[in-house]
Amino acid sequence: MSIPQCLVHTPQDSCGVVVVEDLKAGTDMLCLITENDTTFTLKATGDVPIGHKVALKDIKAGDTIIKYGEDIGKAIADIGKGEHLHVHNVKTKRW
Amino acid sequence: MQSNSEAAIAASTAQTQSLLADGDYGKLTFYGWKRENGRVGVRNHVVILPLDDLSNAACEAVANSIKGTLALPHAYGRLQFGEDLEVFFRTLIGIGSNPNVAAVVVIGIEEGWTKRVVDGIAKTGKPVTGFGIEGHGDIATIARASYAAKQYLQWATELQREEFPISDLWVSTKCGESDTTTGLSSCPTVGNMYDKLIPRGIYGVFGETTEITGAEHLCKARAATPELGERWYKMWKAYQDDVIEAYKTDDLSDSQPTKGNIVGGLTTIEEKALGNLEKIGRNSKFIDILEPAEAPAKGPGLYYMDTSSAAAECVTLMAAGGYVVHTFPTGQGNVIGNPILPVIKITGNPKTMRTMAEHIDVDVTGILRRDQTLDSAGDALISMIQRTANGRLTAAESLGHREFVLTKLYRSA
Repeated sequence: MSIPQCLVHTPQDSCGVVVVEDLKAGTDMLCLITENDTTFTLKATGDVPIGHKVALKDIKAGDTIIKYGEDIGKAIADIGKGEHLHVHNVKTKRW
Repeated sequence: MQSNSEAAIAASTAQTQSLLADGDYGKLTFYGWKRENGRVGVRNHVVILPLDDLSNAACEAVANSIKGTLALPHAYGRLQFGEDLEVFFRTLIGIGSNPNVAAVVVIGIEEGWTKRVVDGIAKTGKPVTGFGIEGHGDIATIARASYAAKQYLQWATELQREEFPISDLWVSTKCGESDTTTGLSSCPTVGNMYDKLIPRGIYGVFGETTEITGAEHLCKARAATPELGERWYKMWKAYQDDVIEAYKTDDLSDSQPTKGNIVGGLTTIEEKALGNLEKIGRNSKFIDILEPAEAPAKGPGLYYMDTSSAAAECVTLMAAGGYVVHTFPTGQGNVIGNPILPVIKITGNPKTMRTMAEHIDVDVTGILRRDQTLDSAGDALISMIQRTANGRLTAAESLGHREFVLTKLYRSA
């Protein structure tokens, strides 16, 4: 199997993790869901550093972000499918 | 029991591969030193332990004179009181009592509290002597303590390693400089190890109370009983209310997640906590909650210790709890070690493996490439735990990382 560029924990997740270095905008990423070993492709809309996340679908400001099948915080801006998802557009609900 | 020899240890390490291939984890063994109280250590340190900050200089002088002994300088021990003082004493006594330590010389500014530490360590039956500086001065104290240290060192170096079942091993865990790769690879590798070895009778421990925030519902459900889960939740909530709510700033001043976490792609504390909790695997339930530096007393199994998430503080508390090998998943490359507890580093981040390989003991980058299964990564960690127990120096030991950091609960008097 080809080496995936993006790993997703569960099928419910709304974001995935880029796991290769120097991922460039426009790359059609091979994404793999680790829970069930299924794959899909997704176009990264910007350069994304290794370890950083991308949105797997269009997300609206205020939406809950799901990773590990769990709530990891809320969007503070609209986030497009394939867009870099991090501290500039997502915030904790805790403090 | 087999007698100690390098050949026997090499044979045992080789046999490990076939035991791992067969999934025969219960038959694994390691070579360590059985202490007077029955606990088995994997290092054989003679520690020169300062009671307080004022005694660091004398302890370092003794360790300079008597080569092969280990001074543990630290910043505290004066004018502490109440629970903070109890944690302090429990930590010093626990470090001295750890089976990785053969014998201890304690030096304090005065004799009263020095004796309290000596008496606490003496309960293990191991050799320990204390010296007070007042009325003697540093130079005479260093001389007297050096004679004791020399005697202990020569005695300890004649003690031999013997073979013990894996169930005699106490393995702690805490991760650091986490990123999104830790939750995908290195933390589940530790969890896989616990899933295999906890049922074979080892002691495990995890902690990091702030870093469960966002996964507290999952952690509570991993308590062995509903009552224990409630007790755990109250402890976690008390920390949130008494410390976080009292002092919090926006995003905890970039401390949770840390700047390093954020560079590594972690966005929120919830995300960090969910990755952190991967370290306890799928099956084990924790059977008790330990105070900071408290030794487990309910038999083999997984324990929760109420610790800070700062790496050196947490690992020091786990060493004081009596654990003898530590597993430390890292994403961005935390370089921590501990003077008496070997710290095994595991990373799945290919960039960290490329730029900081000298700090890493177990490379699980294959998990992200999907050319290494979690099962094989867990076996690789078990093999490294055994090799470390048998005497292989960890990356942190080789590089001289000896972070000994005491937990302070509040200001001194």
